[in-house]
Amino acid sequence: MQGNCDNLEDTELRLGLPGIDLTAAASKFNKRALTEDSEIERSSAKAQVVGWPPVRSNRRNGFHARRSEAAEVAGGGILVKVSMDGAPYLRKIDLKNYKGYKELRDSLEDMFKCFSFSLECESSEAEASSGTEYAIAYEDKEEDWMLAGDVPWEMFISSCRRLRIMKGFEAKGLASSP
Amino acid sequence: MKQIKWYACKNPKKNIFNPPSVLFHREASPSIRLLNSKTSPIPPPSSPLREVQFAMLGNGDCDDGNDDRCSLNTCGIAQPNSRPAAAASSLVGLPPPFFDQVLDNVLENVLCFLTSHRDRNAASLVCKSWFLAEAQTRLELFIGNCYAVSPARAIGRFRCIQSLVLKGKPRFADFNLIPLGWGARFSPWIAAMAPSYPSLQRICLKRMTVADADLVILATSFPSFRDLTLICCDGFTTAGLAAIAENCRQLRSLDLIENDVEDDDDDGVDWVSCFPPGKTCLESLVFDCVGCAVNLEALESLVARSPSLWRLRVNDYISVGRLFRLMARAPQLTHLGTGSFSSFDGEGDFRASLESAFMASKSLVCISGFRDLAPEYLPSIYPACANLISLNLSYALITTDQLKPVITRCHNLQTFWVLDSVLDEGLQMVAATCKNLRELRVFPLDATEDSEGSVSDVGLVAISEGCKKLQSILYFCQTMTNAAVVAMSNNCQDLVVFRLCIMGRHRPDHLTGEPMDEGFGAIVKNCKNLTRLAVSGLLTDKAFAYIGKYGKLVRTLSVAFAGNSDLGLRYVLEGCPKLQKLEIRDSPFGDTGLLSGIHHYYNMRFLWMSSCKVSVKGCKEVARRLPHMVVEVIRDRLEDDNSVAMEKLYMYRSLAGPRNDAPPFVKLL
Repeated sequence: MQGNCDNLEDTELRLGLPGIDLTAAASKFNKRALTEDSEIERSSAKAQVVGWPPVRSNRRNGFHARRSEAAEVAGGGILVKVSMDGAPYLRKIDLKNYKGYKELRDSLEDMFKCFSFSLECESSEAEASSGTEYAIAYEDKEEDWMLAGDVPWEMFISSCRRLRIMKGFEAKGLASSP
Repeated sequence: MKQIKWYACKNPKKNIFNPPSVLFHREASPSIRLLNSKTSPIPPPSSPLREVQFAMLGNGDCDDGNDDRCSLNTCGIAQPNSRPAAAASSLVGLPPPFFDQVLDNVLENVLCFLTSHRDRNAASLVCKSWFLAEAQTRLELFIGNCYAVSPARAIGRFRCIQSLVLKGKPRFADFNLIPLGWGARFSPWIAAMAPSYPSLQRICLKRMTVADADLVILATSFPSFRDLTLICCDGFTTAGLAAIAENCRQLRSLDLIENDVEDDDDDGVDWVSCFPPGKTCLESLVFDCVGCAVNLEALESLVARSPSLWRLRVNDYISVGRLFRLMARAPQLTHLGTGSFSSFDGEGDFRASLESAFMASKSLVCISGFRDLAPEYLPSIYPACANLISLNLSYALITTDQLKPVITRCHNLQTFWVLDSVLDEGLQMVAATCKNLRELRVFPLDATEDSEGSVSDVGLVAISEGCKKLQSILYFCQTMTNAAVVAMSNNCQDLVVFRLCIMGRHRPDHLTGEPMDEGFGAIVKNCKNLTRLAVSGLLTDKAFAYIGKYGKLVRTLSVAFAGNSDLGLRYVLEGCPKLQKLEIRDSPFGDTGLLSGIHHYYNMRFLWMSSCKVSVKGCKEVARRLPHMVVEVIRDRLEDDNSVAMEKLYMYRSLAGPRNDAPPFVKLL
């Protein structure tokens, strides 16, 4: 399922509704079943490791791009704010740092996982075992809120102005709107 | 009379603290030597009263007279001198009446000459009356870990503090290794200090979470407040800055350095307009990290009516069009942060005006900024280059050719920060011109592992050959050779800080294919003043053996993706007596290595280990054996499984015990 979003970069625009199941495509902040092996795998994989190289984010987050809107500048970064429902802090990220939706999801999961935990503790036992589902929504240039994952990645980063991590049931409302 | 256990113990490893005997040690700092001079009430070494001094110590008369707890009572604040007593064996029992010989007020008058907190910590351990006198006269409080001591306890001991330095999160928080909401909140501190320190003048916070409400309290509680410095903090917005600007009538410096100012850009408060009208006593205004626009007219007016202003660092919402006008208002500036250093759409060409401004600013010694550098404006700074001591181009994407006319004019440069876009050739130019260079930082334009290397061993060797007075270096590269690092160790013997970041994980010497052990080994061996070291590249346990063997002054060590086994960690923990801060990530060190440092952890500020091989069981063992350590496990999942390797360990000595503000993802063992 997770591979679908990256494949979207290759697809043409389609008429009609997208054929994918949106709740599955939306980000799941489940507890990852970490084994020792996968830990080693993660550290030796070519994928970007958190916090490495050790450069502060204000140095990473693009040169030439620090204005209020997520302005796209040639060669520069695209800064967007990310908020999560229930979290007291905003984060800023540079969309240019990610090559696709999967990387973006992983990074957001890392950044906000502490809040998914506090919600875990409060929820009932039944819910806790299945994990709490979240969706990533973004505000585009027309100030509409859309679910992330529909459009090809390049189109997404050029139109995205800010991101919001919302609870799964709210996201369903977005998905069903025309 | 009972003998102090720590004095009698000859084996330093067994001491919880090596007690200070700075008063009688020939190599003591100048302020301590003052106490030994003829003008002080402390008698010369040969007099019988000197033996009384030892007797007072022998009485165990520190704090409550409980030897074991004595040093620990100050451990949250103290960084004890580990030099052993000069005459440890000559403790003899002498009658107590000699205590009264050193009158309290005489003592206080002498102690006020002590300013270094290390010296003061040492003095406070001598005996109870010294402890009290020191506590009453200490003006500057330095707390390296905000969780090492509770606000109430610090305030209870030190009654008339004027200056506070408080540090919170460990450094790896800068690289997203610590989740949001971990802690280090300033709120409990400001709440406790507001009623207790009416004469507080200065606060410096590093990596703390500071709320706007905290800044409001700060602004309204201290009538003499002068200096606020926030470094790598978060949690506040321009609303908090407005409170400071409006209420701190004696404000001399407002220095915001690399903070995360959490504004919604559209709703930023016009804090610059909140400074009171009329002449201000502002000396330093640094706000390059504030991510929203400021009221330009208000800023210009503020600068114009601040005749004492010597440092101004603006954010990237200030274009060159505004910059030269600000410079014209403040020709006395010595430190300038230039903002975006480009012209915004439709503004025009300001090259002539800017160059005139730099020619007129004859006092400039430090220039930074260049956040959006438009290269055609760079020549404007040529007139100022000859006087520059410090130049920060690390946000400026410039080529070797663009650097050349700048750097070849900077003969007096001592501090230089730059992007690796200038390539090895650029560094060769630095080496050719900047013979007085003390500090160099080369940052990566493309901070990923598999990018094409821009600078290499060639640049490092060039710097080492040209800048022999180098004391501090931070160098990002893709690959390196042992030969280059060895060359630097031989050429730059004054190095105090050596931080080499080979961005490719586990990369060996690209010429020989060998690990980078020999290079780092040479650094610790040849650079006898080295106190801070960051290692990278392919490293075996041998590198750590070198560090343990030669790194006797190393206080801060950063390790990432290095080492083979627990031996590596053991070498360091057993070999480096001055080690204070140890941060390790993604290295194969486990419980055995962790436990090999039990003898030393009370002497350290903290230990960080993430993605290593330590287990919860090992951490629990440490917690059991060291009751004054706070052992935090920051987890990805909530199951309590002793045997599985865990994510993040952060532990530190503390007088306050486990903190009560830990979020759910932090488990305190």
